[in-house]
Amino acid sequence: MSNEMNNPHQEITHPQAVAIPVPTGHETQVAEGHGIHHHEPFITKYIFSQDHKMISKQFLITGIIWATIGGFFSVLFRLQLGFPNDHFMWLHTIFGNWAPNGQFTPEAYYGLVTMHGTIMLFFVLTAGMSGTFANLLIPLQLGARDMASPFMNMLSYWIFFIASVVMFSSLFVSTGPFSGGWTAYPPLSALKDASPGSGTGGDLWLIAVLLFFISQIFAGINYISTILNMRTKGMSMSRMPLTIWGLLVTAILGLLSFPVVITGLVLLFFDKHLGTSFYLNSIYISGHALPNVGGSPILYQHLFWFMGHPEVYIVILPAMGIASEVIAINCRKPIFGYRGMVTAFFAICILAFLVWAHHMFVTGMNPYLGAFFVLLTLLIAVPSAIKVFNWIGTMWKGNIHLSVPCLFVIGFVSAFISGGLTGIWMANSAIDLDIHDTYFIIAHFHLVMGVASILGMCAGVYHWYPKMFGRKMNNTLGYIHFWITLVGAYLIFWPMHYEGLAGMPRRYYDYAAWHTFAPFEGVNTFISVVAIVVFIAQILFLFNFFYSIFKGRKETDPNPWKANTLEWTTPIHPGHGNWIGEIPEVYRWPYDYSKNGIDFIPQNVPLGPEEEIEVAKENQPQPV
Amino acid sequence: MTDLLIVITVVLILVIIIQISKASEYVSVLKGKEKSVQQSDKVNAWLLILFLIFGLIGIYICQELLKGKLLPVAASVQGAAIDHMIIVTGIITAFVFFVTQILLFYFGFRYHNKPGRKAKYLPDNDPLEITWTAITALVMLVLTIFGLKEWFEITGPAPKNAMVVEVTGKQFAWLFRYPGKDGVLGRKDYKLIDPAKDNPLGQDWSDQANDDDVVSSGVMHLVVDRPVRLIINSQDVIHDVGMPYFRLKMDAMPGIPTTLWFTPTITTAQMIKKTGDPDFVYELACDQLCGQGHFTMRATIIVETQQQFNQWEASQESQYKIAMADLNPASTPDVKDTIGTKTSLPPSDSTKAKVAFAK
Repeated sequence: MSNEMNNPHQEITHPQAVAIPVPTGHETQVAEGHGIHHHEPFITKYIFSQDHKMISKQFLITGIIWATIGGFFSVLFRLQLGFPNDHFMWLHTIFGNWAPNGQFTPEAYYGLVTMHGTIMLFFVLTAGMSGTFANLLIPLQLGARDMASPFMNMLSYWIFFIASVVMFSSLFVSTGPFSGGWTAYPPLSALKDASPGSGTGGDLWLIAVLLFFISQIFAGINYISTILNMRTKGMSMSRMPLTIWGLLVTAILGLLSFPVVITGLVLLFFDKHLGTSFYLNSIYISGHALPNVGGSPILYQHLFWFMGHPEVYIVILPAMGIASEVIAINCRKPIFGYRGMVTAFFAICILAFLVWAHHMFVTGMNPYLGAFFVLLTLLIAVPSAIKVFNWIGTMWKGNIHLSVPCLFVIGFVSAFISGGLTGIWMANSAIDLDIHDTYFIIAHFHLVMGVASILGMCAGVYHWYPKMFGRKMNNTLGYIHFWITLVGAYLIFWPMHYEGLAGMPRRYYDYAAWHTFAPFEGVNTFISVVAIVVFIAQILFLFNFFYSIFKGRKETDPNPWKANTLEWTTPIHPGHGNWIGEIPEVYRWPYDYSKNGIDFIPQNVPLGPEEEIEVAKENQPQPV
Repeated sequence: MTDLLIVITVVLILVIIIQISKASEYVSVLKGKEKSVQQSDKVNAWLLILFLIFGLIGIYICQELLKGKLLPVAASVQGAAIDHMIIVTGIITAFVFFVTQILLFYFGFRYHNKPGRKAKYLPDNDPLEITWTAITALVMLVLTIFGLKEWFEITGPAPKNAMVVEVTGKQFAWLFRYPGKDGVLGRKDYKLIDPAKDNPLGQDWSDQANDDDVVSSGVMHLVVDRPVRLIINSQDVIHDVGMPYFRLKMDAMPGIPTTLWFTPTITTAQMIKKTGDPDFVYELACDQLCGQGHFTMRATIIVETQQQFNQWEASQESQYKIAMADLNPASTPDVKDTIGTKTSLPPSDSTKAKVAFAK
């Protein structure tokens, strides 16, 4: 490594006033990756890498593997819900005692449901999403050679990897994986007698989730320090792309909320193994009364949801950032209302910490306390609405390139609207009394946070794929992937609203015995069939992703989307250190698309004479 | 064999899609980037508008198909108020839903990339942004005010004439206790629970208020048009008393009793007439994951006239008497036999439940 690599900070503290030539077209084919990056041994290049770009790929691929497992689990439990009377012998062949007679046992079913939630929320949409895009984009879009602490960054991935191994191993425990729901409410999660999954499986779940949170805290500290300290010359906060704003707010949310849930989970561990009574009180189980008195299961819920609610914003904010960036590029228009977008991010950041107890309206909470949470929860709809209006406003009178990432963003906005609006229903505590813990909630959060985030994440993967691998993904497969996924998502989740309004409770293994819910059997079968089709369609994405890494068409254009942000000023295959020579200097915000009739003006292009006059005019004191 | 055929078919379809996609990629290279991009933009623009149109039709079809499966009219005063709120909120959100979704997909179609189209440089518009922020905030405040009015009414103190029923959840059954003639529920302690001695709730027999308390399992009896206050408990993990027909729910916590009051307005008999369904029954569902038998944790509610209720209550033996008969089987053998059939308490533990749902 060259000297400048050993001290990435030098570039920022002693910036040079000279910008490197701007690669606006094909003429600047910067030499690919020579100079900076010589032969590195396999182990430090691909495994224990400290290069943020490699760590980003590690997070992405681990995330994709987990998404496949988590998605497959949902197909498995949908088999039970959609075909409660059928016996699939191949299930017995694969899963043995989980599925005697070709049908999952209730315990296995609840294990699958729990693992699906934990995996999707934590491993895919938190680690996979933030890990991929924060690592890739923060240094590249801000003009930094790497993260503030590349070593800690590497550590964050490997702690996450260990968490993954522990979680995966819990699937093979004889008493089954943890099966108390991803929220792990005690006493169910604390007592082996209450649920076999709360034994060894539950311990492994706790360890894995604790390791995961620690890895995300390591990552978050890094993201925040890099964003605050390592921006290139001219990259003021107000010139940061919205992706970075989204990732910054995400990291702040994580850093402030994860320690709280860690406390909660450690106390749960104490209750399980050290005989404490933080959450246990007056319990009679398995024919005897437990000695524990004085604890409160509600305490756990407060500690959990203090993370749990910010967590859903941790999942959606990076997608919002990606959507804002991708939609502006593809509409060839500046994002509408940049300041409004940033303000909305901060409003969400603050309000996200003040709404957690809306998950607990039916715990018998003090109604006056509930009232505050109703007000604040409904108010958080305001910044979310601003964002939706701004995305639609960006599309108005644009010249929209309906590329694969752009379609995914349109799908993201659509799902976010559909799921977000139902949030207004359940934010009102009185309505929540009716629909709490029914399929209405499932429809709501899957659309607003599951489908929307996954679509946003896909948009990001398709958009930055050329930057990550220097090759292109197959467009046609991308389009097919998008349309099946969007249509399928609506077919799956739209009918669930009706099930929820009919009071159908979530997390039921079988509805046959229920007079009220049995009429939905046909609907459940329909949903399961669509879920299977959508899952199979994801194989197209998996193929496209992995095949294109090795065999995709080579990217020849360093700036294939004609974008303004700095990552496209690096060589097609950037080495560790990203830029050859000086880091570019920034002169403008990232959204100068179609300004003064010019299609796009990258951030590192100095202001033209016309623009200088404009700026001078704006800065002139107004005549009184 | 059919399984194998399905797998082969699916794999073949995937391979075909992949091959066509690869071929189309070569075609687009031959055509030139510019042209192929414009073509795919055009195709996808039409797909967006088709998705919008078929989506709207789909929403209508879904409504037509599934509205018959929704619940009948709310059977409690509180439920009717909640239904009213749902309708108001539904209209507001449906309006926003249709406007934003139509604009989103229409703009995607209307402004798709075409030769000669220029995007408009429009970074912001303060008055417009302030207006839509203010309107959204205002609507949210109005919804908050209406919502809280109902919330405080529902969570406020129960009327003085309310009857009291204690609901206790345990893995995986519901127990109901009625205070009897004295109107007072006797003391209980979870350490006294002993189903073998006919004391499933841990009632303290030294408290005389317990003498006339009636305990029943699986069925809750309520009086129409009379407010009822539920005192909700759990013996083991968190359960939730979910009553979809009354539109209400409340968690059952071990060690921390919760309460919920409401006024049922339609008797079971009236509901049978209303729905035209002779098997109609008010169901009480556990709505909080409580273990592997969660989905079997069902009870029914019978809403009846005061007279019918009184008759039923009079026919019940108090749990105290049942337990005492148990303690002294020699002195009152006949009492025990008759009670044994009346209050069939469910098997208590998960082992029994397991047998129940092993298919």
